[in-house]
Amino acid sequence: MNPNKTATKTSESKNAKKLESARVEMKGVSKSYGEDWDAEEVIKNISVDFPAGELTVIVGPSGCGKSTLVNLLAGFEKPDTGQVTIDGEIVTGPAKDRMVVFQETALIPWQTTLENVTFGPKMRGDKQGASLNKEAEELLIKVGLGEFMHKYPIQLSGGMQRRAELARALINEPTVMIMDEPFRGLDAMSRSLMQEFFLQLFEENQKTNIFVTSEIDEAIFLADNLVILSNKPTTVQTVIKIDLPRPRNYKMLTSAKAFKYRKQAMELLHGEAMKSFAVSK
Amino acid sequence: MSTISNLFGNTTARRGIGSLIGFVIIWHIGAMIDDWTGYDLLGIGLVPPPGDVFAAFLGVIPKAGYWMSWVSSFSRVVTGFLVAMIIGIPFGLMLAVNRYFRGIFFPPFEILRPIPPLAWVPASLIFWPTNEMSIAFVTFLGAFFTIVINVLGGARSIDISYLRAAQSMGATQFDLFWKIVLPGTLPSIFTGAAVGMGITWEVVLAAEMISGGGTQGGGGLGFFIWNSYMGGSLEQIVVGMISIGIAGYLCSSAIRKIGYYFMPWRRLF
Repeated sequence: MNPNKTATKTSESKNAKKLESARVEMKGVSKSYGEDWDAEEVIKNISVDFPAGELTVIVGPSGCGKSTLVNLLAGFEKPDTGQVTIDGEIVTGPAKDRMVVFQETALIPWQTTLENVTFGPKMRGDKQGASLNKEAEELLIKVGLGEFMHKYPIQLSGGMQRRAELARALINEPTVMIMDEPFRGLDAMSRSLMQEFFLQLFEENQKTNIFVTSEIDEAIFLADNLVILSNKPTTVQTVIKIDLPRPRNYKMLTSAKAFKYRKQAMELLHGEAMKSFAVSK
Repeated sequence: MSTISNLFGNTTARRGIGSLIGFVIIWHIGAMIDDWTGYDLLGIGLVPPPGDVFAAFLGVIPKAGYWMSWVSSFSRVVTGFLVAMIIGIPFGLMLAVNRYFRGIFFPPFEILRPIPPLAWVPASLIFWPTNEMSIAFVTFLGAFFTIVINVLGGARSIDISYLRAAQSMGATQFDLFWKIVLPGTLPSIFTGAAVGMGITWEVVLAAEMISGGGTQGGGGLGFFIWNSYMGGSLEQIVVGMISIGIAGYLCSSAIRKIGYYFMPWRRLF
């Protein structure tokens, strides 16, 4: 055992859940699919900044390549041109500093909730045994799944599965969280509960968050920065700074400011949606 | 007494027993209708009534030859099946995970696969030194192709998001295989095993009839049926058929039990 390692570990656990966060940048990123002669450009020259410790929400019309953007940020795919950097370092592949919560649940069906949460640290071997289990149990209790630790994902409701995924991501102490429409497919009630829960978690940790959604209300409720995308080939239309106080609550969505943001976002998105509608006609 | 009332207290068991009794009654009516009315029931006029078959069953139970048939058919099925599993599962997994392996081995596999196992019987009788080996080989083929196709399909249809999630959490290729690909393929492995087991019984019976296994070693249940046919014992033919039904049922429930044990997350639906 490396004594230094143990020392840093105790100090980490001492200052609770205050984790480091990193600044993410996309510079001139483009991505096409298909052979050269038949290539479809999905993302065209995107440059956008995701400030450290802030929650940046990406909204765009459906089918605009948001998931491709996520895959590039996570390192599952490589950009054709340009680069993605994290604190100045170029992303070359997936790594545990960037945790992705996927659109559909990606909990491993043959592992219990607890096994899912401990999977990452076990695979890397950087946390083990009783202390890992204890940490995972604490996290699961925090996300309200204390009684469901030994259940399989199929036994959990949709909302519980998303919370289990959040716990599974958080235990890896990522510096960046990437959320790819994580609450899609939940009913309205669990969705708004999850949004509040997620916000509370974010406001506690202040970790760099990249959150992809197609819901404008969700976007405004959560975001520090709102990135609005265009249709394919996708580019950034505008970045709106959402200047609502934290901690946030739902009442703020009815404020005049929020209404102004919504109007601005709607107009931009509506224009784009109309374009794609006209094309498909 | 209490075990019987337990048995009948269980809805599933009650339904099962009820349906078996119903089946035997219909069988009896079908077999006896000629005697009762003078009219033959089309197709099943010659089927012996269940009582006669039951009597024939009691007749063969004390005979060692009948049990020898069980033993030899069973050992052929188990041998062929196990070899097919041992070769087929790794082969299917390799086809699924390695592009080069698939490029080399998939085309010949796909050409051999449509050949019915029974078409192999004459060639394998000539090729293998003993009857026993050729029957085992044909049984193996019966299960092998089904198992491989199921394993391949199962491994290829694993949701990519599990692989991505595991990868981003730092899993190595080795971990991906053992923690994601293999458990993710288990349901298909057991489906392949169940289907493959069924084919194995079909094939072993036919191979036993064709090879007339009586000359070397035990004849097996296939030969038992064939022999009864040659001897003109209609009741004993049906006894042989029911024996195979029971044998097949035992095999598939064993596979189900093993699958249940290995896949706890599938017990829930």
